[in-house]
Amino acid sequence: MAETDHDAHDATVETATVAHGDAGHSGSFPPFDPTYFPSQIFWLVIAFGALYVMMSRVALPRIAGVLEERRLRIATDLDKAEELRAESEAAIAAYEAALAEARTKALAIANETRGRITGEIDALKAETDADLKLKLSEAEASIDAMKENALARVRGIASEAMVAIIEQVLGQAVDRETAGRYIDAEFSARR
Amino acid sequence: MSNDPIHQFQIKPIVPLEIGGLDVSLTNSGLYMLGAAAALTVFLTMSMGGRALVPGRVQSVTELIYGFIADMVRSTAGSDGMKFFPLVFTLFVFILFANMVGMFPYAFTFTSHIVITAVMALLVIGIVVFYGFYKHGLHFLGLFVPKGVPWVMLPLLVPIEIFSFLVRPVSLSLRLFANVLAGHITLKVFAGFVATLAAVEAWWGVPAAGLPLLMTVALTALEFLVAFLQAFVFAILTCVYLNDAIHPGH
Repeated sequence: MAETDHDAHDATVETATVAHGDAGHSGSFPPFDPTYFPSQIFWLVIAFGALYVMMSRVALPRIAGVLEERRLRIATDLDKAEELRAESEAAIAAYEAALAEARTKALAIANETRGRITGEIDALKAETDADLKLKLSEAEASIDAMKENALARVRGIASEAMVAIIEQVLGQAVDRETAGRYIDAEFSARR
Repeated sequence: MSNDPIHQFQIKPIVPLEIGGLDVSLTNSGLYMLGAAAALTVFLTMSMGGRALVPGRVQSVTELIYGFIADMVRSTAGSDGMKFFPLVFTLFVFILFANMVGMFPYAFTFTSHIVITAVMALLVIGIVVFYGFYKHGLHFLGLFVPKGVPWVMLPLLVPIEIFSFLVRPVSLSLRLFANVLAGHITLKVFAGFVATLAAVEAWWGVPAAGLPLLMTVALTALEFLVAFLQAFVFAILTCVYLNDAIHPGH
C-alpha cells in the first residue's frame, strides 16, 4: 500500500517535471513572459494585417455586392409589382366604366326602341282605325247607294205594275210619269 | 498530460526566426493566428462564391455576421463610421474565431495573451486618436469637456475624462485577456478535479467526480457564451470609441 502511494507520488512529480521541461520556461506565467512578445506582435501584425486586407479588399466588397444586388432586385421587383397592381386596377376601373357605359347605352337603346315601337304601333293603330272608318263609311255609302238604287228600281217596277194594273182593270192608259208621282207621294207619306 | 492549468498557455517555438536581433520565431501562437486569418479568409470568401440571390446555409452565416457588424457600426458610430467597418469586422471575426477555436481541447487560444489583446486595443485607440486629430484638429480635445456642465466643475471633470480616456486601452485589452484566461484556467481546474477525484481509492471517489464533471459541462457552455460575448464587447467598444473620434462633440 505504502509502495503504491510512493509510486503514484513519483509519477505525479515526473509528469509535472516533464510538462515543465516541455514548456522550457519554467517558473514564469506564460502570458506575462516577455520572451515571445516580439514574436507574438510580429505574427499578430502579419496575420491581422493580411486578414484586414483580405476582408476589406475581397470578402467584404463581395458580400456587400451580393446584398446590394439582392436589395436592388427586391426593390425592382416591388416596384414592378406595384406598377402591375396599378395597371390591373386601372384595367378594372376601365372595365367597370365600360360596363356602366354599356349598361346606360343598352337602357337608352331599350327605351328608344320601346318608344319607337310604341309610336309605330300607335301610328299603325291610328292608320288602321282611319282605314276602317273610311271603309265603313264607304260601305255605308255603297249600302245607301244600293238602297237608293233598289228603291229607284222598285219605283220603276211599281209604276210599271201600276200602269199595267190600271190598263187591265180600267182599260185606261196611264202614263208612267203620273204613276211614278203617285208612288213617290205614297212612299214619302209612309216613310 | 499535465494537470497544470497554466500549461495550456505555454508558447512553443516551431520555426526559429530572428530579425534584427529579435526572436520572432513562428510559435504555436503565431501558427494559430495565421490559421485564423487563413481560415476566415477562405470561409468568408468561398461562402459567397455562389453569389446566390437566395443564400444557402453557409452564405447566410456570412451575411448574418456582415449584417450584424454593419448594423452595430451604423447604430453606434453613425453612417460616417462605416469607413471603419472593415476594421471592426476584422477585429470581431478574428477574436471570435480565436475564442471559439480555443474552446477545442488542446487548442491554443491566442486571445489569452495580454500582448495580443494589448496590440489590438492600442491599434483601436491609436486609430481613434489619429483620426480624431486628423478630422477635427484641436476640437477633438473637446471630447474631454463634457457639455452642459457648470464651468466650476470643469477643473474636476476634465482630469477625470482624460483619465477615463487613458484607461480605455487598458480596460479594452484586459477585459478580453482576463475573461479568456480566467475561463480557460477555471475550466482546466474543474476538469482536473474530475481526474483527481476519480483517482481517489475510496468508494466515494468516482461518484464525487461527477460534481466537477457537471461543473465542467456547465462552464463549457458558459465559456462558449463568453467567447462570443467578449468578441462582441471588443467590437462594440471599438465602435463607441470610434464614434468619439468621428463626433467628439457628444
